[in-house]
Amino acid sequence: MLNKTVKQLSQGLAKGEFSSLELCQYYLNRIDTIDTKFNSFITVSHEQAIASAKEADKKIASGNANEWTGIPFAHKDIFCTEGVLTTCGSKMLNNFIPPYSATVVENFNAQGAVCLGKTNMDEFAMGSSNETSYYGKVINPWSESNPLVPGGSSGGSAAAVAARLTPIATATDTGGSIRQPASLCGLTGLKPTYGRVSRYGMIAFASSLDQGGPMARTAEDAAMMLNVMAGHDTKDSTSINQDVPDYTKDLNKSIDGLKIGLPKEFFNEHLSSELQSVLQEAMKQLEGLGATFKEISLPHSDLSVPAYYVIAPAECSANLSRFDGVRYGHRCENPSDLMDMYVRSRSEGFGDEVKRRILIGAYALSAGYYDAYYRKAQQVRRLIKNDFVSAFDDVDVILGPTSPTEAFGFDSKGDDPVKMYLEDIFTISTNLAGLPGMSLPAGLINNLPVGMQLIGNYFDESRMLNIAHQFQSVTDWHTLSPKNI
Amino acid sequence: MQWETVIGLEIHVQLATKSKIFSGSSTAFGSAPNTQANEVDLALPGTLPVPNEQAFRYAILFGLAIDADINKKSVFERKNYFYPDLPKGYQTTQLDLPIVGPGKVDIKLDDGSTKVVRIHHAHLEEDAGKSLHEDYQGMSGIDLNRAGTPLIEIVSEPDMNTIEEAVAFSKKIHSIVTSLGICDGEMSQGSMRFDVNISIKPQGVEELGTRTETKNLNSFKFMEKAIQLEVERQIDILEDGGSIKQETRLYDGDQHISRSMRSKEEANDYRYFPCPDLLPVILDDEYIESIRKDMPELPDARRSRFCADYNLSDYDSTTIAGDSGLSNYFETSTKISGDAKLSANWVLGELSANLNSTDTSLNLCPVSAEQLGQLVLRVKDGTLSSSGAKKVFGSIWAKPTAQVDMLIDELGLKQVSDTGELEKLVDQVLSGMEEQIAQYKEADDKKRKKLMGSFMGPLMKASKGQGNPKLFNEILSKKLNS
Repeated sequence: MLNKTVKQLSQGLAKGEFSSLELCQYYLNRIDTIDTKFNSFITVSHEQAIASAKEADKKIASGNANEWTGIPFAHKDIFCTEGVLTTCGSKMLNNFIPPYSATVVENFNAQGAVCLGKTNMDEFAMGSSNETSYYGKVINPWSESNPLVPGGSSGGSAAAVAARLTPIATATDTGGSIRQPASLCGLTGLKPTYGRVSRYGMIAFASSLDQGGPMARTAEDAAMMLNVMAGHDTKDSTSINQDVPDYTKDLNKSIDGLKIGLPKEFFNEHLSSELQSVLQEAMKQLEGLGATFKEISLPHSDLSVPAYYVIAPAECSANLSRFDGVRYGHRCENPSDLMDMYVRSRSEGFGDEVKRRILIGAYALSAGYYDAYYRKAQQVRRLIKNDFVSAFDDVDVILGPTSPTEAFGFDSKGDDPVKMYLEDIFTISTNLAGLPGMSLPAGLINNLPVGMQLIGNYFDESRMLNIAHQFQSVTDWHTLSPKNI
Repeated sequence: MQWETVIGLEIHVQLATKSKIFSGSSTAFGSAPNTQANEVDLALPGTLPVPNEQAFRYAILFGLAIDADINKKSVFERKNYFYPDLPKGYQTTQLDLPIVGPGKVDIKLDDGSTKVVRIHHAHLEEDAGKSLHEDYQGMSGIDLNRAGTPLIEIVSEPDMNTIEEAVAFSKKIHSIVTSLGICDGEMSQGSMRFDVNISIKPQGVEELGTRTETKNLNSFKFMEKAIQLEVERQIDILEDGGSIKQETRLYDGDQHISRSMRSKEEANDYRYFPCPDLLPVILDDEYIESIRKDMPELPDARRSRFCADYNLSDYDSTTIAGDSGLSNYFETSTKISGDAKLSANWVLGELSANLNSTDTSLNLCPVSAEQLGQLVLRVKDGTLSSSGAKKVFGSIWAKPTAQVDMLIDELGLKQVSDTGELEKLVDQVLSGMEEQIAQYKEADDKKRKKLMGSFMGPLMKASKGQGNPKLFNEILSKKLNS
């Protein structure tokens, strides 16, 4: 049961090898006994999970099941789940039980999948180490004696899947929050094209960058998840009205003749030699599958982190204004007047990193600074996008590192937030361009997993999943599991 | 010194869409607090706006009606400020690329002249909720039913110089938006709210003075008074050697005072930026033309038609045509009465007087257009005297289900128009008035007219007030002049 993929679990349920109830109890039991080590869940929904598992078993028995019926999984705690606490990793929402569900949540419900609970995350998805969660840090299951970060912000989802506490989990990515934890936890994570997955009910960090996507062990499971998650949603004006392909359909296609671009800005002297050799080895495998490589240039890559750290905070400064203590969420005790209520509710409810980004964003949008910061950042964003558009004239997909290093220790970035921001140096540009990006396990450094990143053209998720699946059919990095689980 | 007043207006018009601008909640007025606020209106985490196309159609209709440029690309922005009745902590509005660009509106002034007021732009935005500061023992109640109601904010150039012009402009906008059917025009429910920018400068000087903005006036009467108060306040300050502070002011209509709300220094930095949850709205000519096809008749065109088709006076046609409800009422009643002039008199006379004195809006008027048409018809065909008709009108006002003809019978107001019967009465009355007849015969034309009255009194008395005075007059003249 432990290492079965969704595909395999689905077959087992169909054949009656085990029931959904048995399966879910197995995972709930693992969470109850093992997650004390990792803290990857904020909420475990025992009762709801058992009720839906029973429901699923009835469907299976009556022959009304599909491949998702009765499959256990977890949602990142950024997705609103009707009737189930949804915190977004913040004290601000430690009493928030949404009266409605996110579209992504509805989609999984409609398939009859069984939600085990809500995974831990950096507060409001702001962080790359899961240290900013109000509900405590998440420990990377690959840690040995020294506890390591799982990456972030979807660190809870990544740690839970890596520790086999759930076969898969949903995640979100604003600057690398699916791909970087996937890399650090040895998983396959995909951030789809902006607009592919509905943002409705997904608590906003930076609206023009946020995108939900799958966190799984295999490309095949990621493809199955994307089939459920993707699609046009009339409740999200930025969701794109374009047909959703069956992402599993092309998994087994040959990648012979595939043209892969290698950005020279990613493969420079700053890339560690260990990571360099991991990527070289992976490229050899791809070459063996018929792919060819070409050096390309993304000349404005070095501007992606600065542009991102203007745009994302600017958007978050407005997105987080609704947390004012008036209608829901944390409200300070005995406010003396309106201003006092605002100031104390927000000061008490938000953590340091969230406050830092609200301040940066408000500053960047202020009268007299808007042109120098926000407008300039948007111009840079366009240049970054144009770089990719021209690159895709020559190549089918782009390959590079996901994160600069393997998992690191807590507090290792010291007090310097910019060091942490640089964790996302290879992932941020795809968010700015709205392109799909993916991380898949490519090797080990110091016995810790590291990923390689694929960046695809708009709506080219099928091709990326095809490449990843082909790579995983000749490698076994994705099958490795941490020892301490 | 002679001072010149400069006035510009910002008018918030609530659009009469069924649902809100970014959510499916109803916009109906007067429901229990917070019953028309769904998760989007409450700004629950994760919710997103979806634009209401009808709001765009209405805004475009307004733009076309004032001959404005319709921007084929418009962008929603976030205007950031904290207030408890602003659930998201920002208002979604338009700034650099509003839906309606520059346009113009003609206003007619009392001296018969016409003035053009330029419109700077009109933009789409969402209304806030309401804060209720009474009845909560030191706390405030928040009602979010209004939050998300679509508005267009119409911004004029500072082209007005008198109260009369400002009021005429506001009434013209009211008349346009109600004629278009894009706003119910119910000022008492806040469907239209006015912000007035006022400055003064010495007569003949080019440069504008420092302006103040008086916010949230919701009646023409208050606007008139608020402008007057503010102009006087500014003149007093300048004549005392002071200077005007740029500020936002609030007018209290009940006490006829105004006070400063915030000065320029205290003004918020709204940190506008394009809303990333909403894509730019791109329109094409075909779409705009399809809306133009739905354009109803506008007040100016209607006025010309009333003059030409019904032969109404300039004053009557302007007054009626300016109000689309009144225009429909007038036309319906005229169809029945067959007499436009007489119908117009009744609409502008008895009907308007009753509406005003009882503070009733036309759509709640107890006397229907059909009933008034019937009534006017009975005046025209001689069944009713005009004083009798007023009595009937009063009875219907009190009991709206009544039928005109049945009421006339019930009240015994039917005039006797049987000439045989009337002649008999004339003969009877004249037989006792030989002296007056002799006087009449000797008198000149001018005097004769006066003397007629002395016969009419006894005649009306003899007919118990039911004789048709016109017929009495005819019979009498014939007899006396024979």
